[in-house]
Amino acid sequence: MIFYGVTAVLLIASFFADKKKTLKALKISWKKFTTILPMFIVMLVLVSVSLYMMPQEIISEYLGEKDLLKGMGIAVTVGSIALMPGFIVYPLCGILREQGVPYMVLSGFTTSLMMVGLLTLPIEKAYFGLKTALIRNGLGLLIAMIVAFITGLIFMEVAL
Amino acid sequence: MKAKFPVILILAYAVFVVISLISGYQPGKDIGSNFLSFTLSMLKILPAAFILIGLFQVWISKKRVEKHLGEDSSVMSFVWVLLLAGTTVGGLYVAFPVAWALYEKGARLQVVLAYIGFAAVCRIPMIIFEASFMGVKFTMVRLLVSIPLVVVSSVFLGRYLTAKDWRMTSPE
Repeated sequence: MIFYGVTAVLLIASFFADKKKTLKALKISWKKFTTILPMFIVMLVLVSVSLYMMPQEIISEYLGEKDLLKGMGIAVTVGSIALMPGFIVYPLCGILREQGVPYMVLSGFTTSLMMVGLLTLPIEKAYFGLKTALIRNGLGLLIAMIVAFITGLIFMEVAL
Repeated sequence: MKAKFPVILILAYAVFVVISLISGYQPGKDIGSNFLSFTLSMLKILPAAFILIGLFQVWISKKRVEKHLGEDSSVMSFVWVLLLAGTTVGGLYVAFPVAWALYEKGARLQVVLAYIGFAAVCRIPMIIFEASFMGVKFTMVRLLVSIPLVVVSSVFLGRYLTAKDWRMTSPE
């Protein structure tokens, strides 16, 4: 993984440049990590339950909704709740696309998936407080809907 | 701590999973294996991410962050965080601790919020993946529409919160 390579190179460079500073950096890393760790555990618990209640097959079935408006509503709702890594989401969307699910619905789904995070809320709340976190997620949802709508216009799935 | 750790709920969850494993209750076993697989995939990212945050903390001066991302920084500040977000791995759960590290060092709220939005919509590995499955046109539309919207909403929310004298606080 490139990411680990880069981290290792920087860490080694830092160590040769200044041992004390590097140890301090690692201490900071550890402290920051353990501070937020409980919230990560909460998130993992929520994710594990939501994956069970909303497995891929069910998500595919919901997104296959024929009514465009209804499909959009479902897409952004599921997208806001679920948490999925990209390497699962895009192949899934590729398949759904072949099955005839509109680009607009898939765009709403992926964008809300990325911008709105109900399951990451425990972590977000720890840094931003509940109110600000909710406002940020609300704006994210709005953005997802706008992105989806414009995608629909450009792919001529909807007309003004 | 602002967000309290729900000890009882987590304990109940752990007991439920363990009993399911022993008694062979399938839904509980599935939930347990979901937990394990997600934990493993996060553990692949988090240690390195937090090491980088630590290095950032000791090597990059507050003055430098303030100059490029602070209250008096130019519109370029958004370009810098766009680039940083492009190379961010994982998802929002990595972006939040990074955002806090930036804020602690004096980045203004608008820029911090924009970073989170960018980290959500334009991580480079994800973009490549998306374009290969959904087509370049789909990805371009999504990026060209969402990036300006992220900037606008971040500036709006950042100014609103700053005017109300709201501050991010440490999660401790």
